[in-house]
Amino acid sequence: MFACLHGKGNLTALAFEFSPTVERTAEGTVILDASGLDRLFGLPQDVAAALARRAAEVRVNANIALAANPDAAICAARGFKGVSVIPQGDEAKFLGPLPLGVLAPSPGLQETLERWGIRRFQELGALPPLGIAERLGPEGLRLRELARGEAERKLVPLEDPLRFEDEIELEYPVDLLEPLTFLLSRLVNGLATRLSTRGLATDEMRLRLKPENRSTHERTLRLPVPSLDTKTFLKLWQLDLSAHPPPGPVVHVWMGMNPVKPQAAQSGLFIPVTPEPVKLELTLARIQSIVGEGRAGAPELLDTHRPGAFRMIPVGQASRSVGRPPGWPSFQVRMSLRMFRPPRAARVAIASGQPSFIAAEGIRGKVVELAGPWRTSGDWWTTDPWSRDEWDIALSDGALYRVYCGPGGWFVEGSYD
Amino acid sequence: MGAAVLKQQFEAVLGGNGNLDWQSRPGPEWVRSGISEVDAATGGLPRGCLTEIFGPASSGRTSLLVSILAAATARDEVCALVDAEDVFDPASAAAAGVRLERLLWVRSAHNAEHALKAVDLLLQGGGFGLVAMDLGDTPPQTARRISLTSWFRLRRAVEHTPTVLVTVARQSNAKTCASLILECKREDVVWSGAPAPARLLRGIEVRVASTDRRKACSPVFTAKAI
Repeated sequence: MFACLHGKGNLTALAFEFSPTVERTAEGTVILDASGLDRLFGLPQDVAAALARRAAEVRVNANIALAANPDAAICAARGFKGVSVIPQGDEAKFLGPLPLGVLAPSPGLQETLERWGIRRFQELGALPPLGIAERLGPEGLRLRELARGEAERKLVPLEDPLRFEDEIELEYPVDLLEPLTFLLSRLVNGLATRLSTRGLATDEMRLRLKPENRSTHERTLRLPVPSLDTKTFLKLWQLDLSAHPPPGPVVHVWMGMNPVKPQAAQSGLFIPVTPEPVKLELTLARIQSIVGEGRAGAPELLDTHRPGAFRMIPVGQASRSVGRPPGWPSFQVRMSLRMFRPPRAARVAIASGQPSFIAAEGIRGKVVELAGPWRTSGDWWTTDPWSRDEWDIALSDGALYRVYCGPGGWFVEGSYD
Repeated sequence: MGAAVLKQQFEAVLGGNGNLDWQSRPGPEWVRSGISEVDAATGGLPRGCLTEIFGPASSGRTSLLVSILAAATARDEVCALVDAEDVFDPASAAAAGVRLERLLWVRSAHNAEHALKAVDLLLQGGGFGLVAMDLGDTPPQTARRISLTSWFRLRRAVEHTPTVLVTVARQSNAKTCASLILECKREDVVWSGAPAPARLLRGIEVRVASTDRRKACSPVFTAKAI
């Protein structure tokens, strides 16, 4: 059984949602191999109804025809409006009333048939094949077969480009996030459905918004694991666009999803529970909308001796570091430093070349004990060198601090705690 | 059949002695803090409960927190640290054994309210073995403004989850919402060498006092300098 879609819209994408064997016969005409769909939907009428329902959902305006052979389905879709289901063996009777123009014969052949008074399928189909072969040649015989719905051929399948993209051109500009989210939900749901029908998921989504001023606002969302959770996608887009709104009212929305195989993994019974990756991504997006972008992630130490050098990377992308091994004795507790960011500028009184009194924001006291100085420097071969003399000091207020003297003066770097 | 008879039969089958308390909930699971002295005295930290660590500056509360983080990441748990004043030092944490790739660090720039919201979101998200909120450098008057309702909300959010919720502050704020309150006091600072350039800061001795009346204890541990 074959189904033909004839009309306007993204017919190929719609056809691929139902079958992997799709032929793009001509502009506006797509045919798909519907054999096996009866197991999913039931009778041919139900298959046709499912196609029509999906076409309405994705806003494809097309005539739909089901027949036992592809050409009969094409003729019916081109000739009859709406949904047509041709019973097997009744093709000639069903297609009979259609005008010959549907077959698009060559102008010379059409003129000849006109002169003979042959204007409909049933009239051409009733002519004897031997006479047609003698007078009109192979083309005439081919037309007669088509008119009787008896032409048999194989489909020329279209290679699925595996591009999951969709766009909406807006009649009126949208400047509020809520209506824009509504439009995004249409794109996200449509693309996610297309991905799921191919057994795929996505790990990257791209959004291109065209504001009225003809600039382009592009955003990309990367997911830690492939997913098809449309609710999470929408929430992520909502948070991303509220943090990075388009520069003006939007008139065109384009979205693309990167197709990847979904992750299938079963965690062990005795493995500690970890946050669900997609849920964690959403939680992080929410947190970053509160504390600011780039302020939530896993810290990674940089390969340098520069004090306080680290960078933030997404959780889960960090390479495994060497932590405390299982046999590490529990009494090896290390004293931690609380870093002041930025370091607090300090006024320091010097006695015998050592700090004797320190005053900084929230810190004031006499130095009662100290160790140092420890001289360090680095990156002198770059444009951003550093050098400093460090002291560990105990102040009269009872706290322990790390202070340093650099080219910019005295600073309190942090407190030991 | 009367309820009393039915109860008696149940207890006979289940091996009860007639004094079974059907209403009581099972106690929380306790996990190691990474410091044997503290674990021996308090039993560790309860899951699904709020643990509060407080003390003045340089009292060893951060060393205790980092040790808790190191123990949790060593158990392969994913941990979150919400840092209200952006004071966490990844270098000293890594040296103390924290596996940084298992740590989510949220840097709330000097805003305790943002930190509270972030903790709430993390607890709602679930899946963390430990969520810590560091208010250690937040001014006490700001920390005191966090209403008891907010603490109660956090306690309710962490309840019935396998997450250990830890807060660090200068003073006790959560009051009755905390299941375990540990007060840190610095006992001594260990220096070595003569008071010349060869002198070294070796570490601090910290006394941890549990304010729980049932588990009143005050173990001492030493945090060594890196």
